[in-house]
Amino acid sequence: MIFDIVITSLIKGSTYAMLAIGFSLIFGVARIVNIAHTAFYMVAAYCIFYTTTQLGFNPILAIFVAVILVSLLGLITFKLLIAPIREHEAAVLIATIALAIALQEVMMILFTGDYRSVPPLVPGFATIMGVKVFYQQLLTFVSVLVVLGLMYLFLQYTRLGLAIRATAQDREVANLMGMNESQVAMLAMGISVGLAGVTGAVLAPLSIVEPHMWNHPLAMMLAVVVLGGLGSIKGSLYAAFILGTAEALVVFMIPAGAYLKGAVALSIMVFVLLVRPAGLFGVQFEEER
Amino acid sequence: MKTVRSLIIISLVCVLALAVGVPAWGKDTIKIGVIGPMQFVQGKGHWNGAVMAMEEINAAGGVNVGGKKMKIELVQADSNEFLNVTDATNAMELLMTRHRVDFVVGGFRTEAVLAMQDIAMEYEKIFFGAGAAHPELCLRVAQDYDTYKYFFRAAPFNSNFLVRTSFLHLQFVAGILKSQLDLPNIKVAIVAEKAMWADPMVTASEGVIPKFGMEVAGVWRPSPVATDVTAELSAIQRSGAHVIFTIFSSSVGIPFARQAGELKIPAVQVGINVEAQKDGFWEATQGQGNYIFTLNTYARGVEQTELTLPFVNKYVERFGETPTYTADTYSAIRYSLVPAIENAGTLDSDKLVEVIRDQVVKTPTGTIKYMKDEQGRYLHELTWGPGYLLGLGVQWQDGKMAGVWPNKWKAAPEAPEITYKGIVDYKIPPWVVEAYKK
Repeated sequence: MIFDIVITSLIKGSTYAMLAIGFSLIFGVARIVNIAHTAFYMVAAYCIFYTTTQLGFNPILAIFVAVILVSLLGLITFKLLIAPIREHEAAVLIATIALAIALQEVMMILFTGDYRSVPPLVPGFATIMGVKVFYQQLLTFVSVLVVLGLMYLFLQYTRLGLAIRATAQDREVANLMGMNESQVAMLAMGISVGLAGVTGAVLAPLSIVEPHMWNHPLAMMLAVVVLGGLGSIKGSLYAAFILGTAEALVVFMIPAGAYLKGAVALSIMVFVLLVRPAGLFGVQFEEER
Repeated sequence: MKTVRSLIIISLVCVLALAVGVPAWGKDTIKIGVIGPMQFVQGKGHWNGAVMAMEEINAAGGVNVGGKKMKIELVQADSNEFLNVTDATNAMELLMTRHRVDFVVGGFRTEAVLAMQDIAMEYEKIFFGAGAAHPELCLRVAQDYDTYKYFFRAAPFNSNFLVRTSFLHLQFVAGILKSQLDLPNIKVAIVAEKAMWADPMVTASEGVIPKFGMEVAGVWRPSPVATDVTAELSAIQRSGAHVIFTIFSSSVGIPFARQAGELKIPAVQVGINVEAQKDGFWEATQGQGNYIFTLNTYARGVEQTELTLPFVNKYVERFGETPTYTADTYSAIRYSLVPAIENAGTLDSDKLVEVIRDQVVKTPTGTIKYMKDEQGRYLHELTWGPGYLLGLGVQWQDGKMAGVWPNKWKAAPEAPEITYKGIVDYKIPPWVVEAYKK
């Protein structure tokens, strides 16, 4: 059973990490609490569903199209909806909730509430230490590593990455140093939503495509980023695997309470916050100095 | 001038009073409200069934109400009850107050239908429930007849009968596994979504399965909206279960079937999986839902009465999909309500209740006869059993939903065998055969 728990924890954790990385990025850089993050993931899943089943696109091309479209949607959203109210964090929060619900309703009108699915990029499963694991789940795990690696290289070795890091550390000083803070935030938004699109592409084959598919991942993603420390990508990664392990433990140790796995994970988050209010790796912002 | 103004005001008041207070004046249509979650398959079934009934009745000249021919007019109401019960009660209120319907059919979630039922009863409108299975809906009728007598169950039969039928299916499949795979001791994993309606079924299953000579391998209760159940499936495989007894009405039925199929879990699935009752299941599981067995109401080519195939074939031709049980709004209108109106010669709810509660009618799913409780009180509950309603057991076989039960089934040792026309043999998934064949 120990192997079941370890492998399930890694798989679950990578799923949550995929979602949380993009959310943490935009919060860390621009202090934008984008509640619509998982709604963009839902839109990407529908894009892939539509382009593969209705337009006959190759799955790889469909993913490419979905990520680009969703990134553009993210940029437009930033320009029209978020930028004008950015200084009011509560307003941004409410606006992104409204946006998420609007996206849900649009999908409901376009595709109805019927449950859809998309085929896996890599069909089949492998048996690792007696545990059956989908290739698609392994792909998710690898994707997390690749995304993290690329993010690291991008943030450390590019001028834009430097600007993003500078802005994340101190918006005002970055502005004073001649960086266009607003433009950096917009690009970070584009990258963040693009990551939501990639997440949709990787996770949609493991899920059901339907207009409310963003709700449960949203709760878990928020739990991950709060536990890890708002704005900390490293913290999100650790937190994702902690919550993934908690869920796996519940399913294997208390089968009749499997539905409690989300509640137990959220309780762990609350417990950690009581001990460390800033989360595991909370980022200190300039306002808090 | 003052007199003219007074006359105009009086005239307007009279017109308004006539319009609002005497809606049946000069009326030549019967308005039936069709309420359900219209953005979902269940609501579409409600609507499509009602549309078919309306079209057939109107094409035949309408309903004979005491010598006057009246056409049927449908009013659609989106209850949105999966997401918000308040939306459902608002939709029912609108049917009563704005559209002033004569009758209502539909409803799906028990929680919502209980609330909608109260509203329809308050307005004394006959409401045929075509979706919710909880017995409470009809117990209310027996307990407070004067208030709730306007409610009748149209489909499905109540959850006590649903679980009884599912146990018959479990025994049927276990018998096949025993004989074909030579498994002396069948282990059953009970997997039920965490929902109120499933709780008593889990308790009943834990008590009954050992009496059938089988062993309970464990109980798993995933969330009704879980999208990843691979951990549960790993644990079930570890438990050594040969059969997975499913109790699903929500979306979890799709990932459970799909992931079990993809992972080739060596256990057959039998029980209730509402998602597997729909044509879209095959696509939703990417074909991995093959060999899933579920309780169902209709299957193409399976004849429960002589009315089944004409209905199913016409429905498929008209809407391009197999009807689900919410499409039994068709039977409610076509075989229960309209004959009652024609017999009684009136639209008066009280008089119609007295006719409907005692009438016995043949429908595409069987014969409908409303039950009384042990004290002889009217329940307006559907009678289950041979000669009445039995339901079907269907199995997905290579992209087709095939009827597999009742197949030589006997209600009692001396009772005659029952096999519906169009029933085919149950198939054990090849990976299960491979796992257990000695």
